[in-house]
Amino acid sequence: MIALHLPALQVVLPLLAAPLCALVRRGTVAWAITLIASWAAFAAAIGLLLRVLDEGIISYEMGGWAPPIGIEYRVDLINVFVLLVVSGVGAVIVPYARKSIAARFGSTEQAWFYTMYLLALTGLLGVTITGDAFNIFVFLEISSLASYVMIAMGRDRRCLTAAYQYLIMGTVGATFIVIGVGLLWAMTGTLNLYDLAQRIPEIQNTRPVLAALAFLTVGISLKLALFPLHLWLPNAYAFAPSVTSAFLAGTATKVAIYLFLRFFYTVFGGEGFFVTTPLPEILLLLSLVAMFAASIVAVFQSNVKRMLAYSSVAQIGFITLGISYATETGLTGAMTHIFNHAIMKAGLFLLIGNVLYQLGSVKIEDMAGIGRKMPITMAGFVALGLSLLGTPGTVGFISKWYLGLAAVEQGQWWLVALIVIASLVTMIYIGRVVEVAYFREPTAQVSQLREAPPALLVPAFVLVGAAFYFGVETSLSVGLAQQAASLLLNAAY
Amino acid sequence: MIEFPPGLILVLGALLVPVLRGKLRAAWMLALPVVGFVLIYMLPEGNLIPVPAFGQELELLRVDRLSRVFGYIFMIASLLGVIYALHVRAAGEQAASLVYAGAAIGAVFAGDLVTLFVYWELTAIASVFLILARRTPEARAAAMRYLIVQVGSGVLLLAGLIVRWHETGSIAFDNIGLDGAGGLLIFIAFGIKCAFPLLHNWLPDSYSQATVTGTVILSAFTTKLAVYTLARGYAGTEELIWIGVIMAVFPMFYAVIENDLRRVLAYSLNIQLGFMVVGVGIGTELALNGAAAHAFTHIIYKALLFMAVGAVMHRTGTALASELGGLYKSMPWTAVFCIVGAASIAAVPLFGGFASKSLILSAAAKEGYTGAWLALVFASAGALIYVGLKVPIFAFFARGPSKPVKEAPANMLVAMAAAAILSIVIGVFPSALYNQLPHPVSYTLYTESHVLSQLQLLLFSALAFTVAMRLGLYPAMLRATNLDTDWFYRRLARRFMETAYALGSGSYGRFRAIATRRIERFVFQLYRHHGPQGVLARTWPTGSMVLWVAILLAGYLLLYFTDIF
Repeated sequence: MIALHLPALQVVLPLLAAPLCALVRRGTVAWAITLIASWAAFAAAIGLLLRVLDEGIISYEMGGWAPPIGIEYRVDLINVFVLLVVSGVGAVIVPYARKSIAARFGSTEQAWFYTMYLLALTGLLGVTITGDAFNIFVFLEISSLASYVMIAMGRDRRCLTAAYQYLIMGTVGATFIVIGVGLLWAMTGTLNLYDLAQRIPEIQNTRPVLAALAFLTVGISLKLALFPLHLWLPNAYAFAPSVTSAFLAGTATKVAIYLFLRFFYTVFGGEGFFVTTPLPEILLLLSLVAMFAASIVAVFQSNVKRMLAYSSVAQIGFITLGISYATETGLTGAMTHIFNHAIMKAGLFLLIGNVLYQLGSVKIEDMAGIGRKMPITMAGFVALGLSLLGTPGTVGFISKWYLGLAAVEQGQWWLVALIVIASLVTMIYIGRVVEVAYFREPTAQVSQLREAPPALLVPAFVLVGAAFYFGVETSLSVGLAQQAASLLLNAAY
Repeated sequence: MIEFPPGLILVLGALLVPVLRGKLRAAWMLALPVVGFVLIYMLPEGNLIPVPAFGQELELLRVDRLSRVFGYIFMIASLLGVIYALHVRAAGEQAASLVYAGAAIGAVFAGDLVTLFVYWELTAIASVFLILARRTPEARAAAMRYLIVQVGSGVLLLAGLIVRWHETGSIAFDNIGLDGAGGLLIFIAFGIKCAFPLLHNWLPDSYSQATVTGTVILSAFTTKLAVYTLARGYAGTEELIWIGVIMAVFPMFYAVIENDLRRVLAYSLNIQLGFMVVGVGIGTELALNGAAAHAFTHIIYKALLFMAVGAVMHRTGTALASELGGLYKSMPWTAVFCIVGAASIAAVPLFGGFASKSLILSAAAKEGYTGAWLALVFASAGALIYVGLKVPIFAFFARGPSKPVKEAPANMLVAMAAAAILSIVIGVFPSALYNQLPHPVSYTLYTESHVLSQLQLLLFSALAFTVAMRLGLYPAMLRATNLDTDWFYRRLARRFMETAYALGSGSYGRFRAIATRRIERFVFQLYRHHGPQGVLARTWPTGSMVLWVAILLAGYLLLYFTDIF
């Protein structure tokens, strides 16, 4: 019974929990509800994964209405993989949120935060699981609106303009997506992704379909913060509360990447279509620019959170680089990096959140000598930093290995060199933090610091542990990514 | 029976050395090679420890006749080295020599290229400490040059094995051959350690700079490991014959003029390697037997010679021929052992070198490589001149500034005696060695023609040497550093740099200023665009962001609509 309705539960559980949080208006209770809902969502994702591995694609008719009239939830290996990442990051962050959020907000505000958190989670899970194009738009808006609020709750006043800009850009993106979907609907008469995938190949060179493609390209690129449409991201991540930054960095852009893959591979006809468009070359170029420009910008940042945000833009460049190859290895690398980057970046934001929690600042000059006062936090930061730059034995290495391998398979050795150089730039900005944290004399303010409480350390170190565990044991991440990649290339849905 | 890699006994045993003190440490260090030797004796043949890894099989312990004979001699050499170094107090040096020997033995029993690579690098890293332990600035510089070359060889091996894996899908360490880039890379990697011509400079350079005891250990392993790997991977590769011939002849002249006796021995080591390389290159059963046997006897007598010169150095503080002489009175036993070693290297009948060198010469003659045979005969005659007579005479018998010194310490004498006895035993009963060789031997060493022709050769060489000494034709021993082709990088490159610096010191300042300004400007540009206020990093007005979106949309529409696909 439960197993049968898992696709619905995946979304409905956090969706129902959200108004509950708003109603109880007590921070602690809301937190408990959130905790249960997010872990239940994680459990549902695991259950779905097991079912998909067992019986293949699951088609779930929402409310018993048969598609294409009713909304279909369609779960295959591709989106169950993303569901796992999103719900997993969501589940790990909630225990951390308790102390981090309670330190700054009154009880009622906390409840509102958790409401928004659950809504954002609902939206992201919904986008991923649904098989209906318009439903995608609806959930995208749910998650975006909730994220705007979560960003606006930051302690820095600049978070308001950041949230406002994100709102404008996010709305433009969502509008473009809905225009694209509308054009597709006009041409095919269906909103169901499966039906779209059946009908589009015949008409894929007509003008409206190409226009739809252009709108979808720009709309989704905005959402996934593909250079140069990443401009909303750095401020949003930098000034939002730590929990929000960690959550969004680990999930929101990943879901947008999933959408990109879903539309360009599954709906428009797999590898065969993708390589006939100019997209591979454009994507390759933009990815490389993102990898370098954003990394170099990160080097010059004085706010560590903003540095990590730019690093996210660069890492998204690595993911889209993998997509641009349009080969199985390339897509495997991209999918694996979705998984791995979610672990690393969420962990880094949580750890820098610890610094913010104790020190009240994440300016790099304020962090002098902090490695001595907060040794555990900074050790975790260094460990994840090493992973980010691709040290063997960590997840960062695994992704970069596959991305490099894909380049070699195509005989593009120069790309391997560029990947390595981009990783070296990563080393510079991580190295800056390490240098300041360990090799400078502590300032007066830092020398009075103590290590962050265990409630903040444990969730972050779950992610640190995962970064090392999945750096060695890759059958889950790479194994699933590989199967998903082959499904994408063949447009099997 | 315990099937345990014998090399690891030494490597792991070495870990305990720094903990132990005095007699206990001595006993422990003596026991390790003995245990290892017995273990090798008891191991059955075959691939004993297969470890599946990354779709291939790592063969940690492959025992066959070829690896066994090298295993034996390496254990003997490490035992001799341990005895010779018993007086050394520095635990680090002793541990390093055990790790080094263990790594070489591990490499000999490696059945795949990955395992070989790991041990290959371990030999390089462990052995560099034997040079560093001398603690002089020259030694430190030589150690760094040595390390660069050795690690370079390892990197080439790694590159070669990856390419080969890619080409053939296998990492097994069997016959490799020169076909394909992988085979070539691995060949060069082996060639560096084997001191091929032009790749050999590290050898005299480092062996003459290591500690007294370190050189004895160094002389045994690295190069002979390379001979083993060549015999395993490139047996019958004809190029090796000519490489070997050059190795056997070319360094002779340096050996003759060289003043530092340890460098003399290092050059002669290079020459003797040439014999083995020729044997590998011929590649017949007889020739391979010859190469293995020569490696065996050569390790013993070369260690013996290095020990004798080392003992002299230990007592007098120098190994320069120009500073030595007349030591036979104060160090009689060392003198005797040195003569045994010299007789062995000169292949005097009844000494070890005769038993092994003859195999290679016969193989060359039998396969019709007349040119190679002549060159080897020439080199073998030379051996008497550049080492066989030169080392004992200059060290012990020449009229020189002889200060009375004490005889070598007891442990050194014991080690030398053991090596001398082994040399003679092999010379007298060659079948004891022949029975251990990779292929069955049906070779009679002591025929009249063998013995007579060898004696003639030796007598005429001795005559030539005497005449040269009498007439003052033999080059005088000068206190100087003889450079051979390392002249290119130790002198030419330096002189070039100095000239360039002298020429450019004026313009250097300008260049530096320009370069600094360029770099500053580059970083400034980088900062201007990427820094916090840069175009790429500043917070953009929302309107411009949306403008970008519109531009991109227009761009994509244009791209999709134009029929470029």
